[in-house]
Amino acid sequence: MTTFDPYAPSRDTTEGTVFSVTGGDWDSLIQEIGSTKEERVVVNMGPQHPSTHGVLRLILELEGETVTEVRCGIGYLHTGIEKNIEFRNWTQGTTFVTRMDYLAPLFNETAYCLAIEKLLGITDDVPERASVIRVMMMELNRISSHMVALGTGALELGAITPMFFAFREREIVLDLFEMIAGLRMNMAYIRPGGVQQDLPEGAIPKIRSAVKLMRRNFKDNTTLLVGNSIWLKRTQGIGYLDLAGATTLGITGPVLRSTGLPWDLRKVQPYCGYENYKFDVITADTCDVYGRFLIRIDELEQSLRIIEQALDKLEKLEGAPVMVADKKIAWPAQLALGGDGLGNSLNHIREIMGTSMESLIHHFKLVTEGFHVPAGQVYVAVESPRGEIGAHVVSDGGTRPYRVHFREPSFNNLQATSAMSEGGMIADIIGAVASIDPVMGGVDR
Amino acid sequence: MTDNGMFGARGTGDTSGYGGLVRTEASIGSSERPYGGYFDEVADDLERAYPEFSNAIDRVVVDRGELTLHVKREKLVEVAIILRDTLKFEMCMGVSGVHYPNNTDRELVAVYPLLSMTNNRRIRLEVCVPDADAHIPSLVEVWAGNNWHERETFDMFGIIFDGHPGLTRILMPDDWQGHPQRKDYALGGIAVEYKGATTPPPSDRRTYR
Repeated sequence: MTTFDPYAPSRDTTEGTVFSVTGGDWDSLIQEIGSTKEERVVVNMGPQHPSTHGVLRLILELEGETVTEVRCGIGYLHTGIEKNIEFRNWTQGTTFVTRMDYLAPLFNETAYCLAIEKLLGITDDVPERASVIRVMMMELNRISSHMVALGTGALELGAITPMFFAFREREIVLDLFEMIAGLRMNMAYIRPGGVQQDLPEGAIPKIRSAVKLMRRNFKDNTTLLVGNSIWLKRTQGIGYLDLAGATTLGITGPVLRSTGLPWDLRKVQPYCGYENYKFDVITADTCDVYGRFLIRIDELEQSLRIIEQALDKLEKLEGAPVMVADKKIAWPAQLALGGDGLGNSLNHIREIMGTSMESLIHHFKLVTEGFHVPAGQVYVAVESPRGEIGAHVVSDGGTRPYRVHFREPSFNNLQATSAMSEGGMIADIIGAVASIDPVMGGVDR
Repeated sequence: MTDNGMFGARGTGDTSGYGGLVRTEASIGSSERPYGGYFDEVADDLERAYPEFSNAIDRVVVDRGELTLHVKREKLVEVAIILRDTLKFEMCMGVSGVHYPNNTDRELVAVYPLLSMTNNRRIRLEVCVPDADAHIPSLVEVWAGNNWHERETFDMFGIIFDGHPGLTRILMPDDWQGHPQRKDYALGGIAVEYKGATTPPPSDRRTYR
């Protein structure tokens, strides 16, 4: 410690010498650390770090390059979504929950809306076409989410090309979302009682051709990574977590399925009519990062299968309603695309403004005040790309939720980081975290 | 932090301004047998495996196809271990808190959704505690995955989980005052200081008064 290093200043504390590292100075740092007698080094990684999958902060205790302890620091993206929902009506809540896990917005919305429908007792009244659209949208979303998991996961381990392919595929899905819901992310498309609007004209052929294109495109990443010896070395045997560990930690999703247990809520506790679709639950028995990677790759094809079946169903259900018939619950707006963009259809405006005062009152009351939900509580879980997302929703009988809590799979699964990484090399933490695929918007809510 | 929330909402916090809603805290009484579905079987199995059933479980509620067992907090860990080991509820899906400020001596509620993968069943445990003595034994020893969930519920509601290995705030900053999800905590009610200038909380701004 003879000269001042602008990149690695150090100061002495009661805990020992603290070095602040900002990059480009590893040689001098190692020299300085080498001069201390301490073997144990505590390193802070993140929250602004390109490899920590968002604003995740990892506090690592190292001995050489071996990790002896990992702690996660979270909360950097906490936005109080659960609190905010209590101050808006039930329908407005969808615009909040869609922003939690921003890579899988449709799953958040579905869990929330299914919970409201269960509280209202209208689960069986949701039109079939709405359920089929929900399934199709969720599976498209699963593809786009898995694409980010694969692309960023590969990027974080040093493979850049897979990221380009993955984001190319994600772009296809986001374009479809834009066509259907008007927004590419955070679309608040799934609403209590159904979906916000029906599919636009010509949507089904477009989705069909996108499915065909994606099926061909997926091969690019498969050929790049499956069996690739560098990729195998970075992923095989890394981030090990077996079934006993996964169970006690409450781990679900691809991480649980990588232990060989075919637990998929779409199969075992079907919702939205998933029992009517043919698809396989993909598992691996390696309990490692490579197994989770293979599961995500193979789930893409299963999602495509479900989308194709959903499109077949939608063709048969052409013109069927997409919102419950009960006008006390169904959103009154009738959307239509006009010359100035999407808005209430002219016929609806003509009715409420020109002919029926009661229609106007009804529209106004339902939009501003909302509908009442009978008192009680429910817990509804759906299978998101990351595992079980559960909505615990409590109503006191009012027009706004009394309490909404989300059991976020990212939040829960991130706890496995320590079990997966401790005792391993520092470089393998990145692979382990990437294989959990946490989305910090969901973790922190 | 008993203040009007954002947008000048008073009383019910009804932001729409219509309806004059009054928050009622409806509680659903306990259910009578038969509970229906697999719920009778779960209750029977638990009674058989746990002789103190009637002493430990205050109420059994079946509502909207979901079974809730209201457990006394002193017995929570015992019941949880039997549910895990004998009834095969291998997974606990975390803890969710609910705050009922007007339910005297039962203000804070912790809700534990349980999942049995062996039997493909779900039930729910509920523990009510008074605000003045908000202590619940931790279930981290039973289900390790409850660690962060209990920290979150402590952070948001101030429920203290006794025996938790490190009960600290998890989402809010360590030095935060108050527990944001409680009903007496206003929405967005803090001042923001940036570069020496202070912006008052929304509820204190003149335009919202």
